[in-house]
Amino acid sequence: MDALTTPFLTGTATGAILLLAALGLSLTFGQMGVINMANGEFLMAGAYAAYVTQQVITSTGISILVAIPVAFLIAGLLGLLLEVSVIQWMYRRPLDTLLVTVGVALVLQQLAKDLFGAQGDPVRPPTWLRGSISVFGYAWPHRQLFTIILAVASLVALNAVLKYSSFGRQIRATVQNRDLAETLGVSTRNVDRITFFLGSGLAGVGGVAIAMISGTNPTLGTTYIIPAFLVVVAGGVGQLKGTVIAAWVVGVVTAYLTDWTSGSMAQVLTFALVVVFLQVRPQGLFTVRTRSLA
Amino acid sequence: MTTTTTPVDAAEPRDDAPTRTTGIAAPKWYAPGPLLRTYGPLVAIGVLALVLLVWAPNSLTAFRLGNLGKYCAWAIAAVGIGLAWGRGGMLVMGQGVFFGLGGYAMAMHMKLEAAGPDGVPDFMTLYGNGTMPGWWEPFRSGPFTIFAIVALPAVVSFLLGYAILKRRVKGAYFAILTQALAVAFSTLLIATIKQTGGFNGLNTFTTFFGQNVYDPNFKKNLYMIAAGLVIVCLVVVWQLYRSRFGELLVATRDAEERIRFLGYDPANIKLVAFVVAAVMASIGGAMFAPIAGIISPSNVDAAASIMLLAGVALGGRASLLGPALGAIAVGYGQSALSEQFPTQWTYFQGALFIFVVLLLPGGIASLWPKLKERWPTRSARDEVAAPDAEVPA
Repeated sequence: MDALTTPFLTGTATGAILLLAALGLSLTFGQMGVINMANGEFLMAGAYAAYVTQQVITSTGISILVAIPVAFLIAGLLGLLLEVSVIQWMYRRPLDTLLVTVGVALVLQQLAKDLFGAQGDPVRPPTWLRGSISVFGYAWPHRQLFTIILAVASLVALNAVLKYSSFGRQIRATVQNRDLAETLGVSTRNVDRITFFLGSGLAGVGGVAIAMISGTNPTLGTTYIIPAFLVVVAGGVGQLKGTVIAAWVVGVVTAYLTDWTSGSMAQVLTFALVVVFLQVRPQGLFTVRTRSLA
Repeated sequence: MTTTTTPVDAAEPRDDAPTRTTGIAAPKWYAPGPLLRTYGPLVAIGVLALVLLVWAPNSLTAFRLGNLGKYCAWAIAAVGIGLAWGRGGMLVMGQGVFFGLGGYAMAMHMKLEAAGPDGVPDFMTLYGNGTMPGWWEPFRSGPFTIFAIVALPAVVSFLLGYAILKRRVKGAYFAILTQALAVAFSTLLIATIKQTGGFNGLNTFTTFFGQNVYDPNFKKNLYMIAAGLVIVCLVVVWQLYRSRFGELLVATRDAEERIRFLGYDPANIKLVAFVVAAVMASIGGAMFAPIAGIISPSNVDAAASIMLLAGVALGGRASLLGPALGAIAVGYGQSALSEQFPTQWTYFQGALFIFVVLLLPGGIASLWPKLKERWPTRSARDEVAAPDAEVPA
């Protein structure tokens, strides 16, 4: 029983982090065609935000609650800065944004190394996160459960924003038909900026969860960015449900493969499975149907 | 996602527009003389050949020449990237994989040469129980190794390209998948220390096809081979660019659906470019291993693949010489700057990406036509006046 439940539970927790990392990617890609390779560094920024908050507020229980909005804001503002300074000039060249943001990612990584040291720092989880609960005899760490709760809460909040706020309606309108939305008075430029802010902020929240599990590290973004992109590719863009399902599946499948083979082999196999999956659904799991040829 | 045409990309194909007579009156901008138009690039390659093959070996120190040999190995891979990315519009972010296939194949052969007949590479006894995996065995043979350096990347890139391109997965998806492949490949290498040397990679070679790698004369010869291969690859892509295939490739990049409606299969056209690029990367890797004396996961991972792209972007992705020169320049810059500012190098690298792609998407090569505009010669005035020269906003 253990061999089956353990990877499932840890995989679900990994999937939750991947979801937080991938939501921002999927949002900005679906809406603007922009690939943000620096999104992994926003995870890192979130993790460091949790670390710094803990240095300021020593009580671990309070600091984590403060860290979540702080990380959201810091990562979000970094995303906004990236959009305003670089990406807004490149909407006509979406593939090139990929390269530019690679450069941004390199700079941010080196910046983190210079500011906080190359080594990475531990972040102490609060006492209520240190225990574990027993699931079918497996002692499941509270931290993983916390990650999942954090991801689900963010997802619900994001969904509510997209569905019920006027601003969310503007985002969805822009995703579906940018020109028409503009004709109806939606400022797509502002919508783009705020989408970038939201997406990057969500990555920051994911960073807090990572900090609770493995501490901070200047290069932690690179660990998550590629799986997160595979999630976007497999899930399809423009809709949240594809990203959610793909994140969960990629997380769990990778966990099982890691259990059966090894961590590195699991990466190779996950990649191969995504390529095979694209044979069946080249557009990903769900996609907004359009009449465009591309 | 639609392919967005950048001004530079749109302007680029004019530079080496076909000179075959098609029965239609040649547009005005052919005026500078078809001979120069056709063979001008070949003259430029010739000049580069003189610099690399005559000037450099006679004036550079052995150390500098060895470094230049490394940059040449990158340049070979970069020429392929220019073909796939510059002309084909496929952002290949995982060329390190193919670079690594060639590099590791060559390094395995050299390790086996060093181990002697029936010998086992030293690291296998160091980390493992001294037994050699069966798939190492064929690499004892030199001819097989050379065959594998071409065939291995061709097969891998064909299978991957077929699976991805035939399903019309393109643009960013394609780029991400190639990068994911590079990440998976390097992680796999690091994890298999007993079979591939793991993080340390393969190093401490003694001979290269019977030649002592420490012999200064032989080092020079090795450099000459690498530099010669750069020239060969340039001539190959020059011929490809002026062929019908080259035209189709650019057309596919700019308007894939139109090409499909004209009855071609864009996937096949792109697949050829992808496979050729992979083989070139592999040849580059095969030259890199003996020249650098090491091939390790850090030479082939995602970061290394991206460094290759940086050179291509800097030089000019769609130009003929740009990718090779850019790769050499970035290689040189990396050695020069990382010696002086070891930690700040990453900032330079990041800034290079941001500024080149943001402000100079056509690379340095795109400055040339702009210069010509500023000091218009007769032919350049014609070019500007020609309606074809209109650059879409």
